[in-house]
Amino acid sequence: MTLLKKLIAAAVLLPGLVFASEGGFPLDRAPDHTKDMAALQNGARLFVNYCLSCHSAASMRYNKLKDLGLSEEQIKNNLLFTSDKVGDMMTVSMSVKDAKAWFGVAPPDLSVIARAKASEAGSGPDWLYTYLRTFYKDDTRPTGWNNLVFPNVGMPHVLWELQGVRTAKFEEVKNPHEEGKTEHTFVGFEQVTPGSMSTPEYDRAVADLVSFMNWMAEPVQATRKRIGVWVLLFLGLCIVLTWRLNASYWKDIK
Amino acid sequence: MAFHEKQLPADASIGDKALNWVDARFPLSATWKAHLSEYYAPKNFNFLYVFGSLALLVLVMQIVTGIFLVMHYKPDANLAFASVEYIMRDVPWGWLVRYMHSTGASAFFIVVYIHMLRGLLYGSYRKPRELVWLFGVGIFLCLMAEAFFGYLLPWGQMSYWGAQVIVNLFGAIPFIGPDLSLWIRGDYVVSDATLNRFFAFHVIAIPLVLIGLVVAHIVALHEVGSSNPDGVEIKNTVDERGVPLDGIPFHPYYSVHDIFVVSIFLLIFTAVVFFAPEMGGYFLEYNNFIPANPLKTPPHIAPVWYFTPFYSILRATTSDFMYWLEAGVAAYVALIILRTRLAGKYKIAAAVIGLAIILGMFVFDAKFWGVVLMGVSVMIMFALPWLDTSPVKSVRYRPGWHKYIYLVFGIAFIVLGYFGVQPPTPTGTAIAQFCTFLYFGFFLLMPWWSATGTFKPVPDRVVFHPH
Amino acid sequence: MSNEKQVDSGRRGLLVATCAAGGVAGLATTGVLVSTFQPSERAKAAGAPVEVDIAGLAPGEMRTVEWRGKPVWILKRTPEQVAALPKHDSELADPESQRTQFSTTPEYAMNEWRSRQKDILVLVGICPHLGCSPSSKFQAGPQPSLPDDWQGGFLCPCHGSTFDLAGRVYKNKPSPDNLQVPRHMFEGDTKLVIGKDEKGEA
Repeated sequence: MTLLKKLIAAAVLLPGLVFASEGGFPLDRAPDHTKDMAALQNGARLFVNYCLSCHSAASMRYNKLKDLGLSEEQIKNNLLFTSDKVGDMMTVSMSVKDAKAWFGVAPPDLSVIARAKASEAGSGPDWLYTYLRTFYKDDTRPTGWNNLVFPNVGMPHVLWELQGVRTAKFEEVKNPHEEGKTEHTFVGFEQVTPGSMSTPEYDRAVADLVSFMNWMAEPVQATRKRIGVWVLLFLGLCIVLTWRLNASYWKDIK
Repeated sequence: MAFHEKQLPADASIGDKALNWVDARFPLSATWKAHLSEYYAPKNFNFLYVFGSLALLVLVMQIVTGIFLVMHYKPDANLAFASVEYIMRDVPWGWLVRYMHSTGASAFFIVVYIHMLRGLLYGSYRKPRELVWLFGVGIFLCLMAEAFFGYLLPWGQMSYWGAQVIVNLFGAIPFIGPDLSLWIRGDYVVSDATLNRFFAFHVIAIPLVLIGLVVAHIVALHEVGSSNPDGVEIKNTVDERGVPLDGIPFHPYYSVHDIFVVSIFLLIFTAVVFFAPEMGGYFLEYNNFIPANPLKTPPHIAPVWYFTPFYSILRATTSDFMYWLEAGVAAYVALIILRTRLAGKYKIAAAVIGLAIILGMFVFDAKFWGVVLMGVSVMIMFALPWLDTSPVKSVRYRPGWHKYIYLVFGIAFIVLGYFGVQPPTPTGTAIAQFCTFLYFGFFLLMPWWSATGTFKPVPDRVVFHPH
Repeated sequence: MSNEKQVDSGRRGLLVATCAAGGVAGLATTGVLVSTFQPSERAKAAGAPVEVDIAGLAPGEMRTVEWRGKPVWILKRTPEQVAALPKHDSELADPESQRTQFSTTPEYAMNEWRSRQKDILVLVGICPHLGCSPSSKFQAGPQPSLPDDWQGGFLCPCHGSTFDLAGRVYKNKPSPDNLQVPRHMFEGDTKLVIGKDEKGEA
């Protein structure tokens, strides 16, 4: 099984080597907080407060948050923003038509975004983690913001109060693949106004939020793996039994 | 013939009496004997011979999980994507049924490809088993259609645009193409109408055909008996009761062996289902977690991995490649005329057809011929029993260098598959074009290469090493 | 089976063990598939308790809400209607709500008024006979399909079952049981929650 996974990983990474020079901004590894209930609860809080005003998570039921160790009361009092029933889905009040008019494109539903954004460049959470930390001020954009991972994105930097305002510095660097051409290359950020969080604090908050979105994309993932261990052990036992049973018959065949 | 029910002694058990009653009215025990307890299979089957049984297991699994998915899935363009997430989150154990079905689809193709490889290596398609092979290729075609129709159902970006591209391929057919595409889709683009009919095909139409073909496949096999890795006909050496000396009853020997193999298969299968259901984006593609958007094509569309070798052949057929193809057709016609002992009328027919094809290659564009080549790459499998002119069935008794021909073919197939997954590049296209020639050369030149070389003598009895 | 030889004990043991393991696998798979039939989270959420604000309910007024796809009646009885309840016990089939075949009356409704508060009656508006929804007939006195001494209550239009103002069925009527009292509770003075009581959600 591991060999098969390695072969597939090699097959998947090989093109990554070929295309590393094209393709998008290199992605950071998203810290995995999906086993930390407190972190996931924090992520849920951030998600509901910052994301649900524009994005929906229409496949996600509020009462599923009980799996994160929250009671129905806690969900009702702190996290129920767009509905009044804890059994409802996380829909958004903004209509698709309005969204298109205000942002140019309707903000996508985020229920399974952490699975959708995976690619050869990195996992879905990697993409989200890097995306939420590479916004910069850009007065040429309608929202006043731009992003390194998703250039010219229609979304403003919703978390700017936490991270503060930064600008990005670019330089023209000689293109190693084409003679005489230069590439517009990012070289660094410059903090203009501080946010309420320091950089490590902000990174951890984003990691919590991204881990929550990772969990939300497939809430059953931890259970699935736990059950899987038992199923594999049981099948291992079956293999031993059927192997010996098979041998007991085939010893008769000369 | 007068009805006859065997009389059992008065103290026979209830079970025996009940079985006797049924047997007088339905060939239950007769079927059990003919196909299991007295179906004599060669005792020298190797590992490659388990994949038929595994394919049957996967078929049953897909049908059962499919039934339970259909109870919750909504075949409506507005509801389909959300209904899949409903199954994943809100239906008790729905996630497990879904992952079994998605993993099962890929598992089906892995099992079937290895099953076909066995057929290729050991000449399982040779007389008198040509019909088994023909039913099998029919099953393979149905399987591809079933997978194609099923893939639209989740209504993700890959579902939508994959279907759009493939249906538009039919638009490449001259004269009738665009109308044909419109008729298949039921609309100007892939839409709710398309989804509903693909749902009907996937859930009931093709499964019925598949089951029929699988039954025919097994009945045809049992009629002539299984072949084996040595290609020896075990029915040529029988004992006084007519039982092949090298045969063993399928039940219990192969039923017990299959149960052992099934346990191993299930271990691997469930490892994927529980720990890696996406399989790096090959079994569940990342782009398919984005709801279908008719206005926005994802930057990179590729069919699912099991279609990529054939898709690669389609993409390799560029306008430049047409010149190579024209040369290839001309060379093949020359080969038929100069290097066969066919009657004159066939050679003339070959020349005429060849000329027509070459003319067509100048008239119709590469897009059309790409579709044709892709179709031919699958359909050519039907011809295999008649392309193979080797005096021996199995690769074991062929000249050693034949093994390398099979190896090159296998590598070409895999390389085609690999490049089919990647975005097109000039190098990739060139390699795919080369491999296309290898792929077609393997089949089209087989009448010549399969009969060339020094063949080893095939024994009368199978080569068997006791376990 | 194996060429007329007796099945040896080792092989028999393995057969039993393998069949047992196979049985476990089969049961587990069947269990998983059959559980997909259970109400989904969506069905359970749709069947969640319903909160009703009864602040403005006037005496004699009835409001209908939906709970689990069924109509639930909330009737504020007048003091006269409440007082009249014990008077016709002899005409009722099950005046003390002992029957449990169709539904069990919650213990807080095992009283004269079949409710927690004398004046507020909560009933599932579905006739236990064959599922029609009875009509309200609160006006006393003779009317079509009703006896001359009718005190007010409910009449089912499908087969003529009659129920009093506590939902109790009269004798010799098709309905096998009284109208069901759903589990309910009050949260505060004016909020009625249907589908939930001290023991939890229904």
